[in-house]
Order: sequence, then structure tokens, then C-alpha cells
Amino acid sequence: MIPRAFEYHAPTSVAEAASLLDQHGDSAKLLAGGHSLLPLMKLRLAQPEVVIDLAKISDLSYIRQSNGGLSIGAMTTYADIESSADVQSLAPALAETAGMVADRQVRNMGTIGGSLAHSDPAGDLPAIILALGAQMVTSSSGAHRTIAADDFFVDLFTTALQPNEILNEIQIPALPSGTGTAYAKFGNKASHYAIVGIAAVLTASGGKCQSVRIGITGAGAKATRATSVENALTGASLDGATIKAAAQLASDGIDFNEDVHASAEYRAHLTRLYTERVLLEAASRAG
Amino acid sequence: MTVTITVEVNGESYTNDVEPRLLLTHYIREVLNLTGTHVGCDTSNCGACTIILDGKAVKSCTVLAVRANGGKVTTIEGLAKKNGELHPLQDAFWEKHGLQCGFCTPGMIMSAYDLLSNNPNPSEQDIREGMSGNLCRCTGYHNIVKAIEYAAQKM
Ligand SMILES: Cc1cc2nc3c(=O)[nH]c(=O)nc-3n(C[C@H](O)[C@H](O)[C@H](O)COP(=O)(O)OP(=O)(O)OC[C@H]3O[C@@H](n4cnc5c(N)ncnc54)[C@H](O)[C@@H]3O)c2cc1C
Ligand code: FES
Ligand code: FES
Repeated sequence: MIPRAFEYHAPTSVAEAASLLDQHGDSAKLLAGGHSLLPLMKLRLAQPEVVIDLAKISDLSYIRQSNGGLSIGAMTTYADIESSADVQSLAPALAETAGMVADRQVRNMGTIGGSLAHSDPAGDLPAIILALGAQMVTSSSGAHRTIAADDFFVDLFTTALQPNEILNEIQIPALPSGTGTAYAKFGNKASHYAIVGIAAVLTASGGKCQSVRIGITGAGAKATRATSVENALTGASLDGATIKAAAQLASDGIDFNEDVHASAEYRAHLTRLYTERVLLEAASRAG
Repeated sequence: MTVTITVEVNGESYTNDVEPRLLLTHYIREVLNLTGTHVGCDTSNCGACTIILDGKAVKSCTVLAVRANGGKVTTIEGLAKKNGELHPLQDAFWEKHGLQCGFCTPGMIMSAYDLLSNNPNPSEQDIREGMSGNLCRCTGYHNIVKAIEYAAQKM
């Protein structure tokens, strides 16, 4: 399968990429790892006239500590995130999530920025990005803005990014001491895409939940937070029965996907079950 | 529109004018005539097209040839020594019967090469997880795992 012919640009700076986007408008697509875009182009479900490859922009691939948290360049691959000692220590479940995406070859190419910008309903990263309360930093010609994770995922394959905007950096805030992070998914056996994936970031003190953020992916059209579970658990004791009861609320308010892999009912069940599992894991890691 | 690319493949430098839409796998097979790299699914799933690009295993059916410009590629043809002596992984697939029809084998070996470069002493579980991007319709995988374990001991 061969993509439709296109004009190719490999800018070496974000400013140059932004001006190419301005010039070509809707007919252009940014190319990151290509592991969502190229399969779509090969099937001709996507037929951009212009492809703007971000790979030659050297300052988009990095992992840095900043104010006790992390700044991660949009072109950083899953493989680099998975193996980064900084991510493993400052946001352990982000490293684990990256390691659960697809397979080795896909993780060598796929990027955090591409994954978030694509907002695939079965993508893994959106859940942990929501749970961590990350911030997305974007650039367009002459402008920068920051979008909170809660506002970033808008709908099926749709984010708050404007057509002329490039996602540059993902900022992960410092986690308070006593915080545990966890991600678990029920994945498709062949592709590993999340049929349902749940992430939790939980801060505990004296056996009680101080605060918790839960991100859900795979279940509905876009990744969302499980706010009713978060509300039920905040201030509550972190015993198994309380966690189990709170997790029952995880399927509230979600319009579940239904496909060849799982019925809506089964996805709802998996959502509750995996929420309980990641909460137990995050609570035990919170120590 | 064509773009001029220079790529080092198996230690030799090649310069070609290519269409931007040319996939790396077609560049390797049809422009360079290195047909050891196979196309199985053409949908990014099977790993038959796996090659090493700048030190990492990638599915070459899902990479543009222009992306390899200025980079280094190793294909299955680049593993054996010039005198014909097989790479330990090639030898291990032979010794442990890690193939039947052989269609998936080049991709299996290139993935295993990447796996062993990062993890020289993998457990059976590491091998099964590390090779999950490669599908085989014949062997049932057991002998592939044994071959990689055998190669790890020899390397
Ligand atoms: C076989 C297979 C299995 C997979 N399994 C999984 C899985 O288990 N879990 C999972 O989460 N994903 C999975 N994926 C998808 C994979 O993670 C993709 O890499 C990811 O969805 C997209 O990232 P990318 O870097 O490849 O982006 P690309 O494919 O290059 O781009 C995707 C989209 O995002 C836009 N974009 C990219 N970067 C930016 C940016 N910096 N700013 C603005 N827009 C941008 C592009 O224009 C494009 O529209 C799988 C893919 C394959 C081929
Ligand atoms: S041919 Fe590339 S993954 Fe199957
Ligand atoms: S040996 Fe035939 S596909 Fe693997």
C-alpha cells in the first residue's frame, strides 16, 4: 500500500515548522513517529498534500527535570520514556505506560507528542497524562500557550490543538511525597491497544487518601477522568472495601464504545475492575 | 517531487533520488535490491519488515525512506561476516530450528538483534515480550525463543 504523493518538508526549527503550517493550512500534516499517520496514509484514509516532518528538529526530543517534575519534548519516543531513570523515579507509571504501548518496534518510533495529538480512543498515554495533571505546551507562529490535560482531549481523535499549532512539550508536575502512581490495561492481544486502560495518581497520609486523580482510556470516545470515584475516595480510608466500593462508580457517565473486541457492558465491567486494581496498586505504592 | 537521500546500509553509502512517499521497505527491496527484508502484512503488525535504523529495530513498512536520510540501516544481509560466517543469531535459528517456511525469519532475527543489544541475558519472558511485534504463522514460537536463548549464550 502506497500513500498518495505529497510534498515533503523537514524543517529544522519549530518556528520554521509553524510557518510551513501557516503557509499550507489544512492541506498539511505534521509527521512525528508516523505510527498512526503512515498506516492511515497507506490506507488513504489520510491524504495530506504536504507532510511536515518534525524529526529533524533536534530540540524536540528530551527529558529534563524541572522544579521537581519533568519536561518532555514532544518527539521523545516511548522507548526513551520507558528507559529514562528520571521518568522512572519522578513519574513511575508514565515509564510503565510507555513500556506497555504496542511492541518494541512501535515504541522505537512512536512519540509522546504524536500519541497525545492523535488522541486515539484506545491510546494508552492519555489516561496517565490526565491522572498526572500534565500541561501541554504548544507553539504557533509567534505564540505559545499551555493547555491543561483536563482541557486537552476534546472528542474522538480531537484535541484542543488548533490546526496551526504544534505540541512542543509535555510538563509533568512534581508529585507530593506519599504519592503512588499506577497504570493497568486490558489490551488487545494483537496490537496491545487499550480496550480499557486506567491510570491513578494517589497521595496518601496516615492510611487515608489525601487526593487522587484517575484517567480512563479505551472506554469511550476520548480519555476522561473518573471524578465520581475521585470524590468518593478523597478523605476516605484506603482499605480494600472502601476502594472497591469507590471503584464501582468508575463507569458512571461514560458512553461506552462497542466493537468487535468488547461490548459496552464488558467495557463498563473492565472499567470498574481495572479502576479497583490500579487504586490498590497506587495506594500500596503511596506507602 | 523527489528528494535526494544518502543512507548507509550495511556499511555502504547509497545516494538516491526518491519520492517522499516511498516507504523504507520499498527503498531497501526495490531500489537497493536487498530482498532479505520481507513485507508480510504491510499494515505495521507482523514485523517481517523489521530492520535496524540508527541502532533501533523498526518496522520499515511504516517509515518513509526520506526519514532514513543521513542515517544508518542494517538489514538481515548485513549480519553475516563478509567471508560468509553466520551471525550467532542466524546460526542459532538454524541450530534450534527457529523457522519453518522462513518468511518471518529476517524480521525475527533483526528484532532479536535489537533485543540482545539492549538486554544481553534476557529471561524467557523478556524474549516473549521483546518479540511481541513479530508474528510467525508456522513455528508456534517455542523454537524461536529457544534460538534466541541459545544465541544469547553464544554472544
Ligand atoms: C501495530 C501498532 C500497534 C499500536 N499499539 C498501540 C498501543 O498499544 N497503545 C497506544 O497507545 N498506541 C498504539 N499504537 C499507536 C502508536 O502509539 C502511535 O505511535 C501513536 O498513536 C502516534 O504517535 P506518532 O509519534 O507515531 O505520531 P504520528 O503518527 O506521526 O502522528 C499522529 C497524529 O498526530 C499529529 N501530530 C504528531 N505530532 C504532533 C505534534 N508535536 N504537534 C501537533 N500534532 C502532532 C500528526 O499530524 C498526526 O495527525 C500502535 C500503532 C501500531 C502501528
Ligand atoms: S510488513 Fe511491516 S509490519 Fe508487517
Ligand atoms: S517460519 Fe513461517 S512464518 Fe515464521
